[in-house]
Amino acid sequence: MSDLIISGVEAGYGHVRVLHGINLKVSDKPVALMGRNGMGKTTLAQAIMGINATTAGTITYGDVTLTGLTPTKIAQAGIGYVPQGRRVFPSLTVDEHLRILEKRTSKWTAKKVYELFPRLAERKKNGGAMLSGGEQQMLAIGRALMTDPTLLLMDEPSEGLAPAIVEHLGNSLRDLVAQGQRVLLIEQNLKFASTLCDEIVILSNGEIQATVSSKELRASAELQNKYLGVA
Amino acid sequence: MTQFIFTFLNGLTLAGLYFLVASGLTLIFGLMRVINLAHGAFYLLAGYVSWTIADKTDNWFYGAVAGALTLGVFGTLVYVLLLRKFQYEELRVALITLGVSLVLAQAMLAIFGGDYYQTNSPESVSFSVPIPGLGLSYPFFRIFVLILAIIVAVGLWVFISKTRYGAIIRAGVDDTTMVSALGINVQAVFIWIFFLGSVLVGFAGSVGGTTNSFGMGTDGDYLLFSLQVVIIGGLGSIGGVAIGSFLVGVIGQFATGYYPTFAGIITFAMLILILAFRPQGILGKKQ
Ligand SMILES: Nc1ncnc2c1ncn2[C@@H]1O[C@H](COP(=O)(O)OP(=O)(O)OP(=O)(O)O)[C@@H](O)[C@H]1O
Ligand SMILES: [Mg+2]
Repeated sequence: MSDLIISGVEAGYGHVRVLHGINLKVSDKPVALMGRNGMGKTTLAQAIMGINATTAGTITYGDVTLTGLTPTKIAQAGIGYVPQGRRVFPSLTVDEHLRILEKRTSKWTAKKVYELFPRLAERKKNGGAMLSGGEQQMLAIGRALMTDPTLLLMDEPSEGLAPAIVEHLGNSLRDLVAQGQRVLLIEQNLKFASTLCDEIVILSNGEIQATVSSKELRASAELQNKYLGVA
Repeated sequence: MTQFIFTFLNGLTLAGLYFLVASGLTLIFGLMRVINLAHGAFYLLAGYVSWTIADKTDNWFYGAVAGALTLGVFGTLVYVLLLRKFQYEELRVALITLGVSLVLAQAMLAIFGGDYYQTNSPESVSFSVPIPGLGLSYPFFRIFVLILAIIVAVGLWVFISKTRYGAIIRAGVDDTTMVSALGINVQAVFIWIFFLGSVLVGFAGSVGGTTNSFGMGTDGDYLLFSLQVVIIGGLGSIGGVAIGSFLVGVIGQFATGYYPTFAGIITFAMLILILAFRPQGILGKKQ
């Protein structure tokens, strides 16, 4: 299977540089990227997806160099993107979100997504704008899975959701990981992140500050305060 | 009474033509937010192309197909070569398409001169049907245009709201970046929309060039009509185009028939009134 290798990546907006040389590798084991608000997590996710241009460094996935490719090509290379804020399509029904991505050869089908998230099956005919936050998140994940991703890139999937929904989501995702789905998870919720990932990478001011195990981080209020600004 | 019914029928069949013209614009302007100010010039060009081919082959249908396809190819080239890069910069798009429109108008004037043309309607539909109870008859070709418009309307509606490609188009309009981040080639989708919109205006030019005469200045008139229709109906809505065409066609005909001096003012007053109460158009979504 392919590894995602990010080396020396710099990116920003206009003249403001947000990422100052990021090095990160994602292999079999799910990795969580954490850090406080505004540290550059989404900027990195969008750089991986080709939505933001990088100004230095390279990103490769297996033997494909992603830097410089269009988002379309990057998604086709096997990266499934679940964006921050979910970005479901207001003009499409739940079912249409999945059907537009269905291919005869694909591993994931709308039926399988509905089995993973039965709640979505009940809301098949509802428009994207009429869903609750939790349902939108399930749809955003289901939609990404429909592209048959070998790596699922999720940007704060637990954001703004009720604790019970976060737990439900965590269980579904854990099943996926157990079946071999590779994941790069961007999170601010440590409890949620540690249900999926043992390895936690801390992003601070556009640089990788540390790599810690989720166990170690959960046990230490001091480390949490240092890396995540919470205690 | 007779004049009333004739005016209404004329308005209704003209609405059919407006629908054909404006449905292409609503796809391009409404869905892709590309303000194509060359839409009227496209219409006129299709009129000349279909007239020429129909004249050479003695077959109206060849002319109509040639008009539609020529414009499909031409419109797609304009989009790919000139507009695609600036798609999200409205002012640039407006200026570029205005430029295309002026160049086209001058070129057509140079080739076809200042005379007015009108394509002969196909013989199979060139008869008149009696209007029951009035002892009068009405040209069937005009009714044929209305039927074509209804077929195109239903077809477009089904395509956009019921098919998988239609759903991809709607998604692309909602969030272009997100659609491409799902591995869908949005650029190709946009090219198809532009092709389809241009085919529609090409077909409209062929049909309209048969029901009405055309020549220098027709481009500006039809750009105005189709903008009116799309703005009244609401951007990107096929149902809106149908309603807008009906209003502009029928009210325009009554105004021309009964108050000829004020015809232009009356349709614009209607536009302003509708926008005062519904700025997004009758069926448009709030932004
Ligand atoms: N479109 C943009 N234009 C200009 N600056 C931006 C833009 N998006 C983000 N930034 C800035 O870049 C920095 C990093 O933002 P980013 O969204 O990557 O942070 P983040 O770690 O994802 O934060 P959060 O946890 O709030 O999602 C911030 O200072 C932000 O203000
Ligand atoms: Mg973010």
